Amino acid sequence: MSETLLEVKDLEVSYGVIRALKGISFKVERGEIVSLIGANGAGKTTTLHTVTGLLHPSAGSIVYKGHDLTRTPAHKIVSMGLVHVPEGRRIFQNLSVYDNLLMGAYSQKNKAKVNEDMTLVFDLFPRLKERRKQMAGTLSGGEQQMLAMGKALLSDPEMVVLDEPSMGLSPLLVSEVFEIVKTFRENGKTVLLVEQNAKKAMSISDRVYVLETGSIINEGKASELINDESIKKAYLGE
Amino acid sequence: MDFLVTLINGLSSGGTYAIIALGYTMVYGIAKMLNFAHGDIIMVGGYAMYVTLMAMGHPVIAVCAAAVFCMILGIVIEKVAYKPLRGASPLAVLITAIGVSFLLQSLAQIIFGSSPKMPLKLQISGAVTIGAMRIDYSTILTLAVTVIIMVALSVFVKYSKTGRAMVAVSEDRDAALLMGINTNRIITITFAIGSVLAAVAGYLMLCKAPSLSNTLGSMPGIKAFTAAVIGGIGSIPGAMVGGLLLGVVECISYSIPALAPFTDAVEFSILIIVLLVKPSGILGKMRREKV
Repeated sequence: MSETLLEVKDLEVSYGVIRALKGISFKVERGEIVSLIGANGAGKTTTLHTVTGLLHPSAGSIVYKGHDLTRTPAHKIVSMGLVHVPEGRRIFQNLSVYDNLLMGAYSQKNKAKVNEDMTLVFDLFPRLKERRKQMAGTLSGGEQQMLAMGKALLSDPEMVVLDEPSMGLSPLLVSEVFEIVKTFRENGKTVLLVEQNAKKAMSISDRVYVLETGSIINEGKASELINDESIKKAYLGE
Repeated sequence: MDFLVTLINGLSSGGTYAIIALGYTMVYGIAKMLNFAHGDIIMVGGYAMYVTLMAMGHPVIAVCAAAVFCMILGIVIEKVAYKPLRGASPLAVLITAIGVSFLLQSLAQIIFGSSPKMPLKLQISGAVTIGAMRIDYSTILTLAVTVIIMVALSVFVKYSKTGRAMVAVSEDRDAALLMGINTNRIITITFAIGSVLAAVAGYLMLCKAPSLSNTLGSMPGIKAFTAAVIGGIGSIPGAMVGGLLLGVVECISYSIPALAPFTDAVEFSILIIVLLVKPSGILGKMRREKV
C-alpha cells in the first residue's frame, strides 16, 4: 500500500505582483521518483524552493509526513528527512570535499551513523573518496554534482529533491547522474526531480507533472506521458 | 636596531587593528553587512572595564566583564537593529549601523560625560631591554594576544562544526540553510565573537594609553575597517594580513620625521594603492556574478 510522503495543495507563490505559481497541486508517494517538467520560467524551481522553505507561499499547503511545511524554517526541514539539492549544485567551494560532506550531516547527532553514511557515499562516488581532501571548488562539474548529491545523502534523507542535476554536464555524465538517481530509489529514498532534460527524467520516473507558466497542465504515469503526442511535441523534441 | 623596534611596535599596533578587523570581516563575510558600530563596541568595552574597575578593582575581572558585556551587546544590537533588516537594501542596513554607532557614542557621553576617564589600573608600564632594544611590556602582551587570537580563530573556523558552518554561510546562505544550518544562529555567534574581540582590542589600547572617551573606538574602527578592506573584506587571513600591514606602515611612517605628520594619509594611501592594484584586496576573492 502506498503512502503519501509529500502532498502539495493549491500552492500559490508570488514574486511581488508576479504570480509564479497559480495554485498547483501534486503529491509524491513513498518510494517514487516524481518529475516536474516544463520550460524555463514555468515555476519548477519556485516549487522546489517553496517546498523546502526558501520561499513562502501566499496560499496553499505543503504537507510532508503529516507536518505542514509552509511555516517551517528551511533549516529544520532537513532534519525531518527532506533534503534539497539546489540548481547549480551550490557546493561550498572554500571547504574540502570531506568538509562539504560533513556539512551535509550537519543536523545528524549520531556520529557512528554519519561515518556509516560517509562510507556508503564513498562507495557510491569513489571519485569523492579520492578527492576528499581537495577544495570543492577545484572539482569538475560532474564531480561537483556527485558531491552535491553525496552531501544530501549524508543528511540521511527519506526524500531527496533534485533541481536540474544534469545541468551543464556532458551527455556521458548526464546518464551517470540519472543512474545514480535510480540508485536513490533502490536505497529506499523518494525522489522529486526537476529537469529540463524531460526525456531522461521521464525515462527514470514513475510519475510526471507538466508545469506551464505556474500551472500544472498535465500529469500521469511517465510510461504513458512519454508517448503522449502533445508532450512529445512540446518537451521531447520529436 | 631602531628599525627592528619600529617593526615590532608596528606588528603590535597592527595586531590591535587585526583583532578589530577580524570583527568587521567576519560580520561582513557572514551577515553581508558593514557593521559600522563595531568600533564603538571597543569604546563600550572600555567603559565596561572602567565601571568594573571602580566596583571590583582587578583588571582581569574588568577585562572579562567587558568581554561578556560586549558579547551581549553585540548580540542585542544584531537582534534589535540588524535582524529586522535582513533582506532589506544594503544602504538601509549601512545607515542603521551608522545610527547604532551614533547611539552608542551619545549614550556613553550622556552616562559618563565628555571628559576622558583614566582607568590607570589597566595600564601596563615598563619595558624589557634586549641589547639596544627597548620594548614595552604592553607591546609584547599585544603581540602575544594577537597570535593567540589568530591561531585560536583559525583553528575554530577550520576544525569546529560551527566554524565550518560559518564558512558555509559566508559562501552561500541559502545553500547552508538547505543543509540544515540555522543561519540566524551562525550570524548571532559571529556578532558575539566579533564583539568579544572588540572588547579585547579595547583593553589592548587602554593598557598602552589609559585614556577613555566616547570616541575611543572611532579612529581605530575606521583604520581596522581599512585594514579589512586592504586584506580583502570577508577573508579572515586577509584581516590579519591587512591589520599587521597597516600597523607596520603606521609605525614606519611615524619613525620618519618628514612623514610623521601625514601618517594617517600614508595609511589610507595604502588602501587606495591596494584597491587600484587588486580591487578585491590582498587575499580577497573576486565574487563571481551570477548570471
